[in-house]
Amino acid sequence: MALTKEQMARRIARELKDGYYVNLGIGIPTLVANYIPEGINVVLQSENGILGMGPFPFEGEEDADMINAGKQTVTMLPGSSIFDSATSFAMIRSQKVQLTVLGAMEVADNGDIANWKIPGKMVKGMGGAMDLVASAENIIVCMMHTNKAGESKLLRKCTLPLTGVGCVKKIVSDLGVFDVTPEGFKLLERAPGVSVEEIKAKTEGRLVVEGDVPEMAV
Amino acid sequence: MNKVVANAEAAIADIKDNMTLMVGGFGLCGIPENSIAALVRSGVKGLTCISNNAGVDDFGLGLLLQTKQIRKMISSYVGENDEFERQMLSGELEVELIPQGTLAERCRAGGAGIPAFFTPAGYGTEVAEGKETRTFDGKNYVMERWLRADFSIVKAWKGDPFGNLVYKRTARNFNPMMAMAGKVTIAEVEELVPAGALDPDEIHTPGIFVHHIFQGANYEKRIEQRTVRKRG
Repeated sequence: MALTKEQMARRIARELKDGYYVNLGIGIPTLVANYIPEGINVVLQSENGILGMGPFPFEGEEDADMINAGKQTVTMLPGSSIFDSATSFAMIRSQKVQLTVLGAMEVADNGDIANWKIPGKMVKGMGGAMDLVASAENIIVCMMHTNKAGESKLLRKCTLPLTGVGCVKKIVSDLGVFDVTPEGFKLLERAPGVSVEEIKAKTEGRLVVEGDVPEMAV
Repeated sequence: MNKVVANAEAAIADIKDNMTLMVGGFGLCGIPENSIAALVRSGVKGLTCISNNAGVDDFGLGLLLQTKQIRKMISSYVGENDEFERQMLSGELEVELIPQGTLAERCRAGGAGIPAFFTPAGYGTEVAEGKETRTFDGKNYVMERWLRADFSIVKAWKGDPFGNLVYKRTARNFNPMMAMAGKVTIAEVEELVPAGALDPDEIHTPGIFVHHIFQGANYEKRIEQRTVRKRG
């Protein structure tokens, strides 16, 4: 069975290390905050100007002046700080933010990522994604393995306009976990009940399979 | 020193057709609501607006798009506005999309007297097309130019007659850099306080960057995505 969104978020949460400053993108990446393992303390950065972002407010306590980068009302945890957008991207570009988790439309087996534009169709803009992917030391992409038409999103070469080049380090899809290596996507774990053959069939880019690939514990 | 004007109409009176404006805010958070409404009423047109977003269809800069007063937008993310997307895809509206951190830094550079800088954002993408690139210490960077505006319009929580400003929570966002980068900067504030009432240690934007300040009225402060959790 392919992973649910919650299971993908839970798997990514296992990549968090104590003391990390982390930027979580919009969509499934945001869910990672719900599964931070016991004993691991991380500080969430939101690029509109928060360190120490907390959960959604209780009903009735929403504050229009307190939103995250997805424009959702949020809260702050004790020890948090607020800053302007230039300072926010200063900490991103200078690699003080240690992990970025974001979604993608396409990833290539050399680490290229495309997630901001479909020419002639969807042009919403890149927001902070280009700054994040060009700067972060550690970038995990969280995405469905195939698009709605069933076509692979893990490609030999991206077809859409790029967001960044050679920057993705790891991918958690609904079918498995992959490292981006010089030889291509290296399969590290399979979703429970998903075969190597199925992953091969749904991966257009170069796939590296070494030995018996374990099933993910979910 | 007294930079106080009566209202938004007085503050924007010198904004003319075809000028370039910076407009503070992130989404609908920290936007100069009163000034935008006054610009709609003024009928000024052909504007180039530099702002992270373009509002929603019926609020924020979306109001100036509806009335076709904006000729060009320079933004990082515009996904919340159907009318914007329609005007862009039909070619009525010129749009320059730039990475959010680059936008913030270009405004900061404009306000800091730095004509250009190098950033890794956008290297190898269409954002870098036609721009100088350089390698420093083994990493590739794109040269980006400063941004400056005829008028910058920002929104703060508190301000005083000297133009000193304090922002509230994430309504700070792009406002401080944009305040620095305007030839003329207009600040609208929720609370105009007497000189000396703000602690000098806690001022975010020193008054030297601000030319006109007024106390805004009837703030709607619309929430774009109301997300809450249950008490339990």
